[in-house]
Amino acid sequence: MKEDKWLFEITPKNNLLDFNFKEIWSYRDLLFLFVKRDVITLYKQTILGPLWYLIQPLFTSIIFTLVFNTIAGIETGSIPPFLFNLAGVTIWNYFKECLTATSDTFKKNEAIFGKVYFPRVIMPISIVISNLLKFGIQIFIFICFYAYYYFNGYNITPNKYILFFPVLIIAMGMIGLGLGMIISSMVTKYRDLTFLVAFGVQLLMYLSAVMYPLDLMRDKLSDGYGGADYSWIVDYNPIAHLIEFGRFILLNDGNYSAFGIMYTSVFTLFVFFLGLLIFNKTEKTFIDTI
Amino acid sequence: MAKEIILKIENLSKQYRLGTVGTGTISHDLNRFLSKIRGKEDPYLKIGESNDRAVKGDSEYVWALKDISFEVRKGEVLGIVGKNGAGKSTLLKILSKVTGPTTGSIKSRGRIASLLEVGTGFHPEMTGKENVFLNGAILGMTKKEIGLKLDEIVEFSGCTRYIDTPVKRYSSGMKVRLAFAVAAFLEPDILVVDEVLAVGDAEFQKKAIGKMKDISNVGGRTVLFVSHNMASVKSLCDRAIVLENGSVSLDANVDVAISYYLGKNAGKQQFKSGKYENEVFKLNTLEVVSSTNKDKLVEDDDLTLITNLDLKNVKEDTYHITYHLSNELGETMFSFSSSNYLNLVQGENIVKCHFPKLFFQSGQYFLSFFLIKNRSKAVFIEKDIAMFNIIDRKRELGTYMGKEPGYIRPQFKWE
Repeated sequence: MKEDKWLFEITPKNNLLDFNFKEIWSYRDLLFLFVKRDVITLYKQTILGPLWYLIQPLFTSIIFTLVFNTIAGIETGSIPPFLFNLAGVTIWNYFKECLTATSDTFKKNEAIFGKVYFPRVIMPISIVISNLLKFGIQIFIFICFYAYYYFNGYNITPNKYILFFPVLIIAMGMIGLGLGMIISSMVTKYRDLTFLVAFGVQLLMYLSAVMYPLDLMRDKLSDGYGGADYSWIVDYNPIAHLIEFGRFILLNDGNYSAFGIMYTSVFTLFVFFLGLLIFNKTEKTFIDTI
Repeated sequence: MAKEIILKIENLSKQYRLGTVGTGTISHDLNRFLSKIRGKEDPYLKIGESNDRAVKGDSEYVWALKDISFEVRKGEVLGIVGKNGAGKSTLLKILSKVTGPTTGSIKSRGRIASLLEVGTGFHPEMTGKENVFLNGAILGMTKKEIGLKLDEIVEFSGCTRYIDTPVKRYSSGMKVRLAFAVAAFLEPDILVVDEVLAVGDAEFQKKAIGKMKDISNVGGRTVLFVSHNMASVKSLCDRAIVLENGSVSLDANVDVAISYYLGKNAGKQQFKSGKYENEVFKLNTLEVVSSTNKDKLVEDDDLTLITNLDLKNVKEDTYHITYHLSNELGETMFSFSSSNYLNLVQGENIVKCHFPKLFFQSGQYFLSFFLIKNRSKAVFIEKDIAMFNIIDRKRELGTYMGKEPGYIRPQFKWE
């Protein structure tokens, strides 16, 4: 008997680092088809469908400009406040979409996951990729306003670091995906997290330098309420660093620190791999607990 | 030794926690985690009861599957039968990697594709063709493979005209056809099929069963087939295993397995044990026999109900037997009596009652026994004294495989 020549074995999964990247690669066509499905169905919904992706950042930016710049009087230097906010909102939106869409992967796809096997991680990855399309639409609008302000005599130019913009977006996607995978794994057992995500993301935005420069916030926080130093809130918030860095390369405004970049890179990789790890552990048995 | 073993299942077990997932969950998780870091075994694996859904248990943990072991050879069509909750679906889920086992292992020499449902992942907004690609990819095909087979798939489904129309415009039958077509062109070494055939008309069932036969006969591939429908299990499978409360209770030739499953005691009938005797009579035996088969009752056999009883003290009275026949739900369907045909005599009586062939639908039946004195008074009553099972005959491929409604099938005269 050829007892040893088994093609594969199904056993209880105990090994944490049991990744099968070869298998994931062999399902790349499925990844592509999921992305294609999301893209196709996005347009097939309604005629106004894709337009909502323009309206949302535009209106958010208008309100932010009104509240934070006109009323609260936050200075944005030589940059038009509206463009400043639009840049922040656009980058933030990609992160938010990735996080919220991936954080209910297991719950939302219970029907498919319960019936057929494929590497589950294909699903959140496809979400992050298809969200790039929405991001593309939003960045297009940003470019339109950019051009408008540029030709109206505002002194705005992109930074030479613009080449790093794709890296920045990938990092945003990875953090969103990593956190999303962690949350979706835990949601299978503890539904409480669904509520946390809903308002947590909202709150996080206010702490992530979306509608104000990072430096300004750090200054204000360092001699904050009761004289205590709260500047760690922004210093250790990787999203704030990413958004600030994004604005820096798009508008050549603001600052970035070596610490911020280092910290954010390490954080991104850590969250991403932790997410993969937890997701991988959950995927085998989540269908029993969901 | 026949063909090589393609699938080997060893001591496979699966534990489930009953009740709701709530506040207790976190404490159990912590407990588990603590014993894990101390290098101990999972404390909840030691407990757990067999999964008999009808009996209220003491433990929150049950074994949906307990130490399942069997082997499947290449090209074999294995049927898996069992009552609801016997663990069939759990086994299929583990085989198709939807969930993992608690202990034990499955070793395979081939690619497994599972068909627990047809049309998984169909998106209503996408066209038929787009869905074929998506569904194929979900089932594990590459885009290239699907592209090569696209024409055949569309042809097999019979939806050529609609292939560029969104699936939401399809009738439900068309959706199933298209979905099954995709699945039919999968080329796994092992195909795991749940009761997908329950849907669809006779033509579709014929196509589906025919295709599965092809898969094993022509393609030499292995099929694991789970169904409640004994007629289709019988037509398709060579061998079957019977699952009972999470364990394999029989692994045998399909006919033996089915009659075992239907009748439990070698498939035929059960006589409620006990002494049936009073001052006037003694019941010796009571059984239903078939003219053609020794160990089973098939729907197209001539069946005879034979009652053997002694009457002790007849005197001037007349005695008759009456039976009430009820179905597996306990509903009495009719009664029949010897009163218009014969009187019982002093001493031993062997009374035969002939049922015409094809009178009963397949299923389980119960007899209640009455001894009637002077056509007026029951001197002895025993409810559900005997149980017997009628099983399906082998049907032609392409005919209806489902269960006919109702319990009896009178042979009326047609002109």
